[in-house]
Amino acid sequence: MSISLAWSDAVTAAQLFAVDPVGTGGVLLRSRAGPVRDRWLVTLRAALPPDQPYRNLPLHIADGRLLGGLDLSATLLAGRPVAERGLLAEADGGVLVVAMAERMQASTNVYLTAAMDAQETAVERDGLSLRMPARFGVVALDEGLEDEFAPAGLRDRLGFHLDLDQFAWRDTEDFPVQLDDIIAARARLAGIKVGREQIEAICTAAAALGIISLRAPLLAIRAARASAALFDRVTIEQDDITLAARLVLAPRAMVFPQSDQPDEAEPPPPEPPPEDNSEDNNDQEQQTPDIDRALDEVILAAVKAAMPPGVLEALRASAGRARARSAGKAGELQKSKKRGRPTGSVRGELRDGSKLNVIETLRAAAPWQPLRRRQAEGRPGSAPRILVEKDDFRIARFKQRTETITIFVVDASGSAALHRLAEAKGAVELLLADCYVRRDQVAMIAFRGSIAEILLPPTRSLARAKRSLAGLPGGGGTPLAAGLDAAFMLADSIKRKGQTPTVIVLTDGRANIARDGAPGRPQAEEDAKASARQFRVAAINSVVIDMSPRPGPQAESFAKEMDARYLPMPHADATVLAKAVTAATRAG
Amino acid sequence: MATVFPFSAIVGQEEMKLALLIAAIDQKVGGVLAFGDRGAGKSTAVRALAALLPKMKVVVGCRYNCDPDLPERFCEECKEKAKHGKVKTAQVLVPVVDLPLGATEDRVVGALDLERALAKGEKAFEPGLLARAHRGFLYIDEANLLEDHLVDLLLDVAASGENVVEREGLSIRHPARFVLVGTGNPEEGELRPQLLDRFGMSVEVKTPDTLPERIEVVRRRDAFESDSTAFLEDWSKEEAKLRRKITQAKDRLPDVSVPDAALERAARLCMTLGTDGLRGELTLMRAARALAALEHDKIVTDDHLKRIAPSALRHRLRRNPLDDAGSSVRVDRALAEIFG
Repeated sequence: MSISLAWSDAVTAAQLFAVDPVGTGGVLLRSRAGPVRDRWLVTLRAALPPDQPYRNLPLHIADGRLLGGLDLSATLLAGRPVAERGLLAEADGGVLVVAMAERMQASTNVYLTAAMDAQETAVERDGLSLRMPARFGVVALDEGLEDEFAPAGLRDRLGFHLDLDQFAWRDTEDFPVQLDDIIAARARLAGIKVGREQIEAICTAAAALGIISLRAPLLAIRAARASAALFDRVTIEQDDITLAARLVLAPRAMVFPQSDQPDEAEPPPPEPPPEDNSEDNNDQEQQTPDIDRALDEVILAAVKAAMPPGVLEALRASAGRARARSAGKAGELQKSKKRGRPTGSVRGELRDGSKLNVIETLRAAAPWQPLRRRQAEGRPGSAPRILVEKDDFRIARFKQRTETITIFVVDASGSAALHRLAEAKGAVELLLADCYVRRDQVAMIAFRGSIAEILLPPTRSLARAKRSLAGLPGGGGTPLAAGLDAAFMLADSIKRKGQTPTVIVLTDGRANIARDGAPGRPQAEEDAKASARQFRVAAINSVVIDMSPRPGPQAESFAKEMDARYLPMPHADATVLAKAVTAATRAG
Repeated sequence: MATVFPFSAIVGQEEMKLALLIAAIDQKVGGVLAFGDRGAGKSTAVRALAALLPKMKVVVGCRYNCDPDLPERFCEECKEKAKHGKVKTAQVLVPVVDLPLGATEDRVVGALDLERALAKGEKAFEPGLLARAHRGFLYIDEANLLEDHLVDLLLDVAASGENVVEREGLSIRHPARFVLVGTGNPEEGELRPQLLDRFGMSVEVKTPDTLPERIEVVRRRDAFESDSTAFLEDWSKEEAKLRRKITQAKDRLPDVSVPDAALERAARLCMTLGTDGLRGELTLMRAARALAALEHDKIVTDDHLKRIAPSALRHRLRRNPLDDAGSSVRVDRALAEIFG
C-alpha cells in the first residue's frame, strides 16, 4: 500500500504538521522502527519549539495516567484530594507520540480521539471532576505488518499518512529545518483565508477519490493553509492545494478518479512536485499554473501522480481489514483490578491500576490515630490530619466475567461445502444476535483448496458479520491441517489476551491436502492429527460437528485427538448449530 | 467550556435534528440514540443542542436541580429549606452531562466526599453525574462500548427515575430523571437490547453523499474554526428563532389532541411490526404529539405518525438475523401497508 512519495514530501509533511499540529490532526507514520523513522522524527523534533511539550504515549498506559486522576501520595499528605494531570492534558500545546499505534487498546483510542475532538479532557474518576485543555497534535507510530493497522477512528483524524518503509536509508538525507521559519509560519496561519472555490475543488476531488469521511477534505484544507503559511504566501495557491492533496487525500483514496480525457492520464501530469526544498521555493514561481483546467482536476492529477497503478487493491483491502483491527484488546486480564462488580476489599499495596477503597482504608487507620499522633509529635514538619500508613491500604477487588470468543472452523471443500458454509453463516448470525446479551464474540475461518482463511475476525458486530460472510466460495481439496493450524493460532492469541476461546470445527474429517499443500490422503491425515493434538495440549475447549449425511469414523477420531466433544449432526441447520454451540460454550 | 458549533448551522441530518428537538420538547419521549458513520457530526449535534435549549428554573444552591414548581419532588435538602419559607429560584442552562466511557462507578452515582472524609472524618455524600443530569440530558458517546456494570446502573436509574446509593456506609436517594442521548458506530459493536429499549428514538446517521451538501459542511466547519466568534454571531438569529420554537412548542404541547383514529393506527402499526411491549406505541404517540406541537398543529395526524414512526420504532423490532432487510426497510414496509 505504498504511495510513492519523495523523501522531501515526507519532510515537508513534518514541517506542515509542525506549523499547525492541532489543525492538521497529526501524522500516521507507517514504518518499522529504524534509522529512517528516527531521521524523520529528528527532523520533526527540530521543527517543533523545544519549550513545548513532546510526550510519548506508551502502549499499556493505565487509564488513570492517560486521563488524570487522584494523586494518592499527595492526597494523603495534604488531607484533601489532589489531582494529578493525565498525559493528554500534559501534552496540551504540543505533540503526543503514540508508540505501536497498531496495538493500541480500544479504550486508549477512545480517550485519545475524544480529547482530539473536544480539545480538552473531561475526568470523572476517583471522586474528581475536572476539565483540562488538551490541544495537541498526534504522531502515531504504526509498525503494523500486512493486516495490522492503527485504529480507524484515529487514522481518520490524522491529516498526513506517510509510509516510510519505502525509503532506504540512502534515499534519505538530513534536512535542515529553520525553527524560526516554523514559528513565523505559525504566526501567519490565522491570517490565511481559503477561497470558496478552493473548498469546492477539494471536496469534489475527495468525492471523486471515493473518500467518504468529511474529515479528509477538512484536514486537506488545513494542510493547504499550513503550506501557504510555511512558504510565506498571503493566500492559498494551487501549489499548496496540490501538496495537500498528495499528502492528505492520496493515501486515503479508495477509487481511481474518473478521467474525462483518458489520454491525459497516461503521461505524468504537468505539475512536478513543487516543494523540493523549502529554501528556494520562492524562486520556483516560474511554473505557470494551467488556468484552463479546473482546480479539482489539477488536484486529481496530483493525487494520481502520487499513486502507482495497482495500489488501490491493496488500499481497499487494508481499509476493510483495518476495521477488523479497530478494537485491539491487549491486556484484558489486568483490568479485573479496576472494573467489574466490586467484591469486597483486601489489604494490599497501591500498584498501577489498583483502586483504593477509601472508607475501608480510613477504617483500618482509625484505631491507630492516637498512637501514631504521639509518635509523630517528635518529628519535624507539620503532621497530616490523618496518619495513614502503608499497612492500612485496602484495595477494592472486582469480579469480571471473561469474554468468550467462539471460532467457527468450516470445511469449505468438496460438494457439501455450500450447505455447510450457509448453515455456519446462519449460526454465526444467530449467535451474534443472541450474544450481545452476553457480550461474546464470534470469528470464522474457512479452509478449502490448499489454504485456510480468516473470513471474520473476532467481532460482536452483526453488521460486519453479514458483510464479511456474504458470498462465500466453496469446493476443492480439504486442507484440514491448515484449517486447524489457523484456528489454533487464533485461539492461542485470544487466550493470551485473557479471553476464552471455543473452537467449533465443522467437517467430515476427510482430509486430503497435507500441511505443505500437497495432495495425498495419508500425509494429510497425519498432519491433521498433529494439528489436532495442539488443541489437546493447550486445553482449548472445542467441538467437532460432523454434518455429512452419514457421519463416519474419521471426524470422530479427530475429535479424540483434539480432546473435543464429537457431535454427529447429519441434518443440522443454523438454529440447531447455534443451540449446540451455546450449550458447548456454557459447558466450557 | 469550548465554543460549540451552532445547532442551526448543521447541514442535513434532518432525522437526527428532529429527534433531538422532539426529545427537548417532551422529555417523556425518552432519549435519542444516533448510530452511524464516523465523522458525520453526531457528537456535534448533541453538544450543539446543549447550547440551544431554553433555560430552566431551579432552586438556588440545590445539588440536584430541584424544580421549584414541583415541591412534592424536592430532595431532602430542598424540603428542609421549604419549611423555612419560600425557596429562592434561578434560571440556569439545561444540563447536558457527558458520561465519559472511563467514568468510575463512584462518579456516576455519587459517593463519599473524599475531601471531608479525609480532612474531618465526616461521612458526607458527593453527588455524581446522575444528580447533575437530573432534568437535563445524559450524553454517552460510544454508547456501545460502555462497560456493562455502568449500563446496568443506568438501566436501573432510568427505569425508576431515582438514584439509590448504598455504598461506603452511605444511604442516599435522590431524583434522577434525565434524557439519555447515545451515539456510536455500529461497526464497533452492538448495543445491549435492554439499553436499546430505553432510548425513545433511534436514528441512523450517514455522512452526506451529495457533493453540494458535503461542500457546505466543510465550508461551514472551516468558517467556524477560522473565526468562531463571527460565525456564532452570523448564526445567532437562527439559533434564537429555533430556541423560541422549542419554547412555544413546549407551551402548546398540552393542547395537542390525539384522536382515537390515530391511536388505533399507531397500535396497528406496532402489531404489524411485532414490537415488544407497549413502550413502542407510547413513544410513537408522544413523539407524534411533540412533532405536531413543533409544527403548530392542534391534532395529531397520519402525517405526523408516518414521519416519526421510523425513529420511534426501528430499534424495537424483534431481531431476525436471517432476514437481511434492515429494520428501517421493515418499518417502511409496514407503513406502506397501513397508511397505503
